[in-house]
Amino acid sequence: MSSVTLFGLCGAALVGLGLYGLIVLPGALRRIIAFNLLGSGVFLLFGVIARRGGGVIAGTGSDPVPQALIITGLVVAFAATALAVALLRRLLQETGRDDWDEDERSDR
Amino acid sequence: MSAALIVDLGLTLLILGLGVWTVAARSNNGAVVGYIAYGLLVALVWVRLAAVDVALTEAAIGSGLTGLLLLGVATRLPRSARLTRPPTGLGTRLLAGFLSAAVAGGLAAVVLLLPDPAPTLAPSVAANLPATGLGNPVTGVLIAFRAIDTLLESVVLVFAIIGVWSLAPKDGWGERPGWLRPAPLGSALTLLAQLLPPIGILVGIHLFWTGATAPGGAFQGGAVLAAMWVLAMIAGLARPPAVSRRWLRLMLVAGPALFLTVGIAGIWLAGAFLAYPVAYAKPLILVIEAALTLSIAAALGLLLAGPPEHPSAAERQP
Repeated sequence: MSSVTLFGLCGAALVGLGLYGLIVLPGALRRIIAFNLLGSGVFLLFGVIARRGGGVIAGTGSDPVPQALIITGLVVAFAATALAVALLRRLLQETGRDDWDEDERSDR
Repeated sequence: MSAALIVDLGLTLLILGLGVWTVAARSNNGAVVGYIAYGLLVALVWVRLAAVDVALTEAAIGSGLTGLLLLGVATRLPRSARLTRPPTGLGTRLLAGFLSAAVAGGLAAVVLLLPDPAPTLAPSVAANLPATGLGNPVTGVLIAFRAIDTLLESVVLVFAIIGVWSLAPKDGWGERPGWLRPAPLGSALTLLAQLLPPIGILVGIHLFWTGATAPGGAFQGGAVLAAMWVLAMIAGLARPPAVSRRWLRLMLVAGPALFLTVGIAGIWLAGAFLAYPVAYAKPLILVIEAALTLSIAAALGLLLAGPPEHPSAAERQP
């Protein structure tokens, strides 16, 4: 197995891990982190596809088109995270809690 | 098994271990610190995948700025939220685990079944790059061949700022952003904030300038500049500007506005939206990149500084 395939499998596992955390974890902060993990796995898969496409011709180690899309994606993911954190901090200010499923909580 | 593959295997195991840690850690702070380390290791993977431009962005934005953002909120969570709470029910966890494993397995199968030889756009980029006057194919794709993505993305940053600012408390509008409360003066942080920015600003400008021919560019340079600004704000050496300032808003929209203007002018001058007249391609790209760097730095810094707050809000907060 080559390193590129290895990183591809790593990306696939990270997507699964992030998805699991997004569904299961309590508290908004942990879900935001899990969401970033999921995104990071998707970017890695993209990077693997870029690397496979770049080895074909001499001079470029990696296909620049997916690379540019990953850079765009990283910045957009940061912007989305900042907005999510802002929502969470406002929620903390208003209610002092980091979660919103009140009915479920009071049942337990 | 070659030495490189063994190193890559170790790197993969470390990344997966840290990924599991960020999901399973008991404390929120622990999870955030794990995520920062994770981001730095992923930046190493990008170098191994020959994507140095992405590695620079990942280290600066994916790990550094995101880490700071998450740490800022993790330390403010109430104590009750830091303790372990009753976890989700076993049935839900099993179902979620099954679903996630299925998704991961499907993606892994796709990775193993990728077509060989791989489809690629690299030859067409290499063939058309001389027309832009650039030497870095990634910058060429970002600013010329897929300029629409980059334009929309720079607009997304402005929208994110609008979104964050809209979350200002009732009495906060027009005040200074309130997330970055300075540490006590005289600390080691103050010294760092005095020593590092002159070098960091040079590095940021260098990254932007060198992006035309080597790894680097507007995003990487802008992220380093934003980091220096945020460092000065955390140390209390610079105060975040009030959000009602006109120069601040002009700085935020300068990059996208110039990009859009040149793009629309391209309809008449070069025959298509976002096309550059070949004779002026390089200088136009440099001017757009310079404005974008400035706007990206301002936007990233302001996203970390948060929504405006009334000065007295600091005492009211937990």
